[in-house]
Amino acid sequence: MSDTTQNGPMLAADGTPLKRSLNRALRRQKLRALMLIAPLLIFVLVTFIAPIADMLFRSVENQIVSDTLPTATEVLEDWDHTTGAPPGEEVYQALYYDLYLAAEARAHTRLGTRLNYEYTGVSSLFRSTGRGLEDLGEEYQDILEDADDRWGEGAFWYELMTGTGDTDARLVREHRARLQALENARLTGDVGFAPSVEIKELLPQTTFAYTDFAVFTALMDEDVVAEEDPWEGVYAGLAQDLETADLSGYDGPGAEALVAAQQTLAEQAEPINYTAFFESEDKDWVSPDIWATIQTYSSTYTGGYFLNAVDMQLTPDGIEMRPDGQRLYMVLFQRTLFMSLTITLSCILLGYPVAWLLANLPASKANLLMILVLLPFWTSLLVRTSAWKVMLQQQGVINDVLVWLGLVDDAARLVMINNQFGTIVAMTHILLPFMILPLYSVMQGIPPSYLRAAKSLGATNWTAFWRVYFPQSVPGIGAGSILVFILAIGYYITPEIVGGRTGTFISNRIAYHISTSLNWGLAAALGAILLAVVLLLYWAYDRIVGIDNVKLG
Amino acid sequence: MKLTQSLLAGTALALVAGTASAQDMTFVSWGGAYQMSQQKAYVEPYVEANPGVSITWDESSAEAVARLRAMNEAGNITWDLVDVVAADAIRLCDEGLAMEYDPEDMLAPADDGTSAEDDFGDMIVSDCFIPQIAYSTTFGYRTDMVPEGVDAPSDICSIFDLETYPGRRSLERRPINNMEWALYCDGVAKDEIYDVLATPEGQDQALAKLDTIKDDVIWWTAGADTPQLLADGEIFMGSTYNGRLFSVIVEQDQPVAMMWDMQVFDLDGWIIPTGLSDEKLEAVKDFVYFATDTQRLADQAAYISYGPARQSSAPLVGEHAELGIDMAPHMPTNPENAENTLLYNYEFWADYRDDIDAKFQAWLAQ
Repeated sequence: MSDTTQNGPMLAADGTPLKRSLNRALRRQKLRALMLIAPLLIFVLVTFIAPIADMLFRSVENQIVSDTLPTATEVLEDWDHTTGAPPGEEVYQALYYDLYLAAEARAHTRLGTRLNYEYTGVSSLFRSTGRGLEDLGEEYQDILEDADDRWGEGAFWYELMTGTGDTDARLVREHRARLQALENARLTGDVGFAPSVEIKELLPQTTFAYTDFAVFTALMDEDVVAEEDPWEGVYAGLAQDLETADLSGYDGPGAEALVAAQQTLAEQAEPINYTAFFESEDKDWVSPDIWATIQTYSSTYTGGYFLNAVDMQLTPDGIEMRPDGQRLYMVLFQRTLFMSLTITLSCILLGYPVAWLLANLPASKANLLMILVLLPFWTSLLVRTSAWKVMLQQQGVINDVLVWLGLVDDAARLVMINNQFGTIVAMTHILLPFMILPLYSVMQGIPPSYLRAAKSLGATNWTAFWRVYFPQSVPGIGAGSILVFILAIGYYITPEIVGGRTGTFISNRIAYHISTSLNWGLAAALGAILLAVVLLLYWAYDRIVGIDNVKLG
Repeated sequence: MKLTQSLLAGTALALVAGTASAQDMTFVSWGGAYQMSQQKAYVEPYVEANPGVSITWDESSAEAVARLRAMNEAGNITWDLVDVVAADAIRLCDEGLAMEYDPEDMLAPADDGTSAEDDFGDMIVSDCFIPQIAYSTTFGYRTDMVPEGVDAPSDICSIFDLETYPGRRSLERRPINNMEWALYCDGVAKDEIYDVLATPEGQDQALAKLDTIKDDVIWWTAGADTPQLLADGEIFMGSTYNGRLFSVIVEQDQPVAMMWDMQVFDLDGWIIPTGLSDEKLEAVKDFVYFATDTQRLADQAAYISYGPARQSSAPLVGEHAELGIDMAPHMPTNPENAENTLLYNYEFWADYRDDIDAKFQAWLAQ
């Protein structure tokens, strides 16, 4: 059209290349669309996806062991459980100081609860030992303070540990990280203490224990380190260090007090023995089984919960099946699947004729029927379930009628509740509308003329229904079945009330582990498996029937 | 214009309410008759003496441990005082979710000057647990279903005796208490029950004993189940909390009687969640001091048949507030009822609960 020939790219009105200008406009539009749905997206992410992901993550998370006993689990790595002997003194030594800090932070009992899921008795072992830890240090503290009052003064200790030369800030950082892991929180603030390098080399265990004390005092109690008297555990560290320390080259603060203390302890105190201390606290501490359990579960992530969820267990010798009498979850998974399928089938059988009636009756009658279908929706779930209890129990309405009619002997009333039958009946009733509604909306879309055409071409009633009508209603069955099945598989309240011994679902166990046993890891593993099973069935359904064949209306 | 005004007024109200928040406390309890007894005996007199304090109830004690743990992880504790059973208090203490307290410092001494620590005695089963009442899990039976010519059941082992006492029973769907009763009726001496139950053989023995009545048991999960089953004549006898049976027998006048033999004592009380603000903590402490004194604990027994946890409260227990009957004979701690009892073994079950529960549930599912 124009007589000017254009070389180069086509330009927009403002002179920028058209391609870029279009891209920019498109991008702006996309961004605007994204911003429009952003509130919903963020809402779903924050309130739905993130909590579920967090919960499922617990099924493998196992930091608590290495967070609570960081040094002990590290030293324990070299120990071989197959020897049948308890680990060496160095493990008990590490355990003492790990547990000491954990007990101050009141985190040792949490670990006890965690390990008690794997080894019965650890809970009280940690609880009682946590109370006794101070006794070991107190012995030495008394001897030292009797000899020299200064050992009981916070300011003297602070001067001794800070020294005069270079200080080691890295150690403080490490111990702060240790405490943060224990408390599960970020701890900011100044510790106001760093051990001198000289003292750290001379008295390593004392420095270790004192730094724990200093970090905890400054960050958790929010006190000034120099004004507080150290924990009893610090004295245990000092006693251990002084057994071997060579003080001849040391002339920093408190040098003469240290020499005197070495003398006093050598004369008056027994050499420190951590193994003997733990054995006197509880014999179980020298049992190799406990240590094997700690070693097995010391990794940051564990498959232990998932193994438990399928009736296996992680033992020091590898993966094993649980003993015969203790297998529970596979039975429950199978039962849950079987019963959900049964419920779905009975919903199809009962719902199909109702939906057909709804779709084919005149509007006035269909509306009345529709209200009857929806009525259960407006009644509390608990009321509906409890009503079934009244109906089905042995002294209930149905049994009374049967006895009155003479069909059942008074002494042999039917057992219809607190078993699988009761759960199936009650849940079929509760979930029926979820089958009827999709079926109804699909059936409404099937023109009645098809059936009439089939019949006029010579089909019997049955052939017309089976060959013409039914195939067109399959998408409704598919949609209803998926709805009912997925709702049923995770159902909790009804099986809990009417399930009795044989009618409970896996969800009842999940609820138990969430709210009663507090074993959230196992609950998460069970939940993850359940989710996987549902997704797998959904995939299979898609392959066999095709998800395009599902219609809600 | 009107809308703006009312909006402003609403904001102003909210601000006023916000400033008074230290006096608003949320207590957690079990709902029903029990919570009502706390409301009448503690909260109403306290609010009367301290106008401006308002107390909201949350009926979540049944899932308090899980909820508190979730709140703690979210960093937002919205409860100020929580009523839990002792076993849960121990667990909350272990998890660091309940505050340790000093009984001398926080609880009132008895009227005669006995310190709170001595007055509560062994009832303080955890450093975080502020005891309130002692209740028991025990049996009730239908008096009209006792076979003719047979004495009414008075021995715990009659639950395993299907020949003399036919009919169904109801037991709680958990191993605690059931395992002890089973071993006791299988001939294990009372003081050896827990030694035996600690071994796998002992656990099998208890399950084998329960196996003899497995088909005749309805397993309950809610405390209200057994009273309903008894009232409907669904079962001959069943276990539940003694206060629930009191209500069936005395308040609803059903043909039911108590069988106190081998009742298992348990405790219920308060815990204070960790992480309350200083202001809140002061308000809660003030309430706890008031609500756990000798008279207040005795007052609660006028509304529900649970025994006060203080020794000094026992003589003050009087009549039922509405029915006017003497409450003493209905208390689990009444000497006539407490001839043969068991005390919930907290330490044992804290260790063995997970293990034995897994076995018990596997046995149930078979």
